[in-house]
Amino acid sequence: MEFIDYYKILELDKSANEAEIKKAYRKLARKYHPDLNPNDTDAKKKFQQINEANEVLSDPEKRKKYDQYGKDWKHADEAHKHQQSGSPHSQGNGGFGGQQWSGGDFSGDDFSDFFGSMFGGQGKRSQSKYRGQDFNAELKLDLKDVFVTHKQTLTVNGKNIRITIPAGVEHGQVIKIPGHGAQGVNNGPNGDLYLTFSITNNTGFKREGNNLYKDVDLDIYIAVLGGDLTIDTFDSKVKLNIKPETQNSTKVKLKGKGFPVYKKDGEFGDLFITYKIKVPTNLSEKEKELFNELAKIRNHGN
Amino acid sequence: MEIEKFMPANYFCEVYNVDFAFVNSLHEFGLISIVVYEEVPYIEKEKLKELEKMIRLHYELDINLEGIEAISHLLNKVDSLQHEITSLKTQLKLLESERI
Repeated sequence: MEFIDYYKILELDKSANEAEIKKAYRKLARKYHPDLNPNDTDAKKKFQQINEANEVLSDPEKRKKYDQYGKDWKHADEAHKHQQSGSPHSQGNGGFGGQQWSGGDFSGDDFSDFFGSMFGGQGKRSQSKYRGQDFNAELKLDLKDVFVTHKQTLTVNGKNIRITIPAGVEHGQVIKIPGHGAQGVNNGPNGDLYLTFSITNNTGFKREGNNLYKDVDLDIYIAVLGGDLTIDTFDSKVKLNIKPETQNSTKVKLKGKGFPVYKKDGEFGDLFITYKIKVPTNLSEKEKELFNELAKIRNHGN
Repeated sequence: MEIEKFMPANYFCEVYNVDFAFVNSLHEFGLISIVVYEEVPYIEKEKLKELEKMIRLHYELDINLEGIEAISHLLNKVDSLQHEITSLKTQLKLLESERI
């Protein structure tokens, strides 16, 4: 646990007065406020630091204690005991009109260990007034898992919830599960649970939206003469007719053999196959002879 | 009107300690909807999250209604650009793997 320089965080001198602290806090809050920086964990972290710095510096009692013991925070425990033994310390929020950031998904770790050590616990934070807080969670799945609609039981904050995961969800997609956030107060509705899908792909298929892509090896004889080739689609097999004289990197589209379309039952994207012609290796003398013969015919026309 | 999906605007203002005039201004700016039923103004519960955000912007960051309106547009734009970036990253990965 390291000393935190709250003045540095708010870009202030130690001599800053209440108005300057308020001004500095508001300026930085406007820059890093989570409502203005959605999905930005760095901004959220920075905002937590700014909030904590404001919590301390805008409260005359906390600021006094911080200035006195800050760099020597290990003695803060003694100071805290002294505080508990009857000193009339204020627990107010200080110079920001009693307002604190109250939204989003701040949890119990809003304040640093340093703050906890200095001030013996959490700072004051406005609680939900009506609607419960939203929860965010990440769900890791394999690409194979999201090819079909399935049910899964999740444990969120100690409670089990059974949810249906529709086929076709994408990596990074967020779905809202209404009412599974924190409990509301004053008969308010519960918050919502936001699930972000993290989908790993260990299959031989590449996915872009609803379409799948796959490279398929094609031996030179089928490429030259044509023929049938059975390939794996994502969930089955399909026989393809290869035209004679098929070139390397030729692409074919298999309509409806791609990935399921999210929340559209029975609809699928396409599968794009790219043929990769494999040149034979370790040729026998006989094969070399025949290829030479072919080369002569190709070069001289007989 | 499915009444359970709405809450009286006055109750909302009381719980959140905000002026009805502010909530009504948000409605006039087209940022939220207030539905009047039997002469009582209601707010859709589904939109509470957005409304809470606007209250925070106004009361915690001193942003006025014009600012909230501009921020709402920009946040929608950011959201749409983030989706586009995700999709482009997927396409780029695909193209890069083709080059290998």
